[in-house]
Amino acid sequence: MNPGLGIRDSGFVRTYIGAGFSRPAITAIAIVTLLSPVLLGQQGFRRTPGAVYDRDFPGKKSGPAPRRDISGIWEFANGGAEGIQADGAKAIPSDGKPEHELPFTPEGRKAFTNNKPTYGFTQVPSALTNDPMPGCDPQGFPRIVLHNAHHEQILQTTTQVVILYQFNKKWRSIWTDGRKLPSNPEVPAWDIKGSPPPEARFWGYSVGRWTDDYTFVADSNGFDDRTWLDNAGRPHSDALHIIETYHRVDADHLEKTITIDDPKYYTRPWVALDKMPYRLQSASLEIPEQECVPSETAKYNQLFANPAANK
Amino acid sequence: MRRMVVTVACGVALLSSALVAHHATAVFDLGKRLTLTGTVTEWFWANPHCLLRFDVKNDNGEMMHWVAETQAPPNMTPFGWSKQSFAVGDQVVVTLEPVKNGQPLGRILQVKLPDGKTLVAGNGLPPSGGDTRP
Repeated sequence: MNPGLGIRDSGFVRTYIGAGFSRPAITAIAIVTLLSPVLLGQQGFRRTPGAVYDRDFPGKKSGPAPRRDISGIWEFANGGAEGIQADGAKAIPSDGKPEHELPFTPEGRKAFTNNKPTYGFTQVPSALTNDPMPGCDPQGFPRIVLHNAHHEQILQTTTQVVILYQFNKKWRSIWTDGRKLPSNPEVPAWDIKGSPPPEARFWGYSVGRWTDDYTFVADSNGFDDRTWLDNAGRPHSDALHIIETYHRVDADHLEKTITIDDPKYYTRPWVALDKMPYRLQSASLEIPEQECVPSETAKYNQLFANPAANK
Repeated sequence: MRRMVVTVACGVALLSSALVAHHATAVFDLGKRLTLTGTVTEWFWANPHCLLRFDVKNDNGEMMHWVAETQAPPNMTPFGWSKQSFAVGDQVVVTLEPVKNGQPLGRILQVKLPDGKTLVAGNGLPPSGGDTRP
């Protein structure tokens, strides 16, 4: 301990780190032991003011699902923390476990190695990251649902399913007017008269269809490869194709599955979100504001991230 | 244990790996705990993390300026935190996990307020939490 930091070295820190457990060290152990359950009890559930969750309706059966309708304001059924996914996509986090190893191609593994995330198994200190998001570059799709995901509002029109995301107040259009995805994802463009010129996009190009009365499936491609798939630095190429499935389970629930299909970087498709459950919220629920603000980020880096990373 | 203006509570290894699995760990001295009594100089309610800045006087009467982070506002609101949680001059008791390099920086576990109430960081700390940095 450095007394210069305003902390007096009581001796037990050294003792505890050493081989023997002195009385003060045992006291410290006891403190931590007693504190742990308290902390554990506090951490589990995150409730957005005004939101409802499955735990609020124990034993209550929901009504039947409406036909071809996924509209509404949705929140994670089991609490807001479900969407954070700090260590990467929820279904397959970057935690070093063999079963969570992604099927990288050599090119994909190289791209992953070049990414320096601040979370996950390959994390680095904040000051050393090349994550585009701390500087408030667009997180794009699918990172918007694989990291820091919060409420979503889904709107349906005769030609689109529109998804409004809480974080940075972003939105996507999934076209349902029968158009086809860009045939060349490396030079993507809608094949429709009057459309903008070809360009890769942070949010890609998306089309969707109902595969049955309760399942809506969207396909997307044409992505800008500067974005990361998730907070653990999983990369994607310009060949990325995403399959997004929304299954309306009943009146109150929606399940979302995200499958990553990127033949340049991964030898096979893999599931990033696996039937993630959402619960329908009141139509009057106010979705909180959460913006990435460059000036706030700069202040955070100056006061915390940079000095914390200094040797 | 001797009486200290600042009580240092340090413990390691007893917290399960699950506790620390979901938060950035690269810069923090995992499992270590400091409890600091100090005076708030700024409460920065912002992304990607909120910052509580406070002054702590050590036994020699020297003032040290600490900066401690929490998660982003939308992830603190559910646990009772707000932009109005602290005012400049508030006397607070902050329990935090310090950084490894010895700088007066850390991430907040909980803060005891002047009125005796305690704000818990919820997901913000070893209690497996989550990141909210954008």
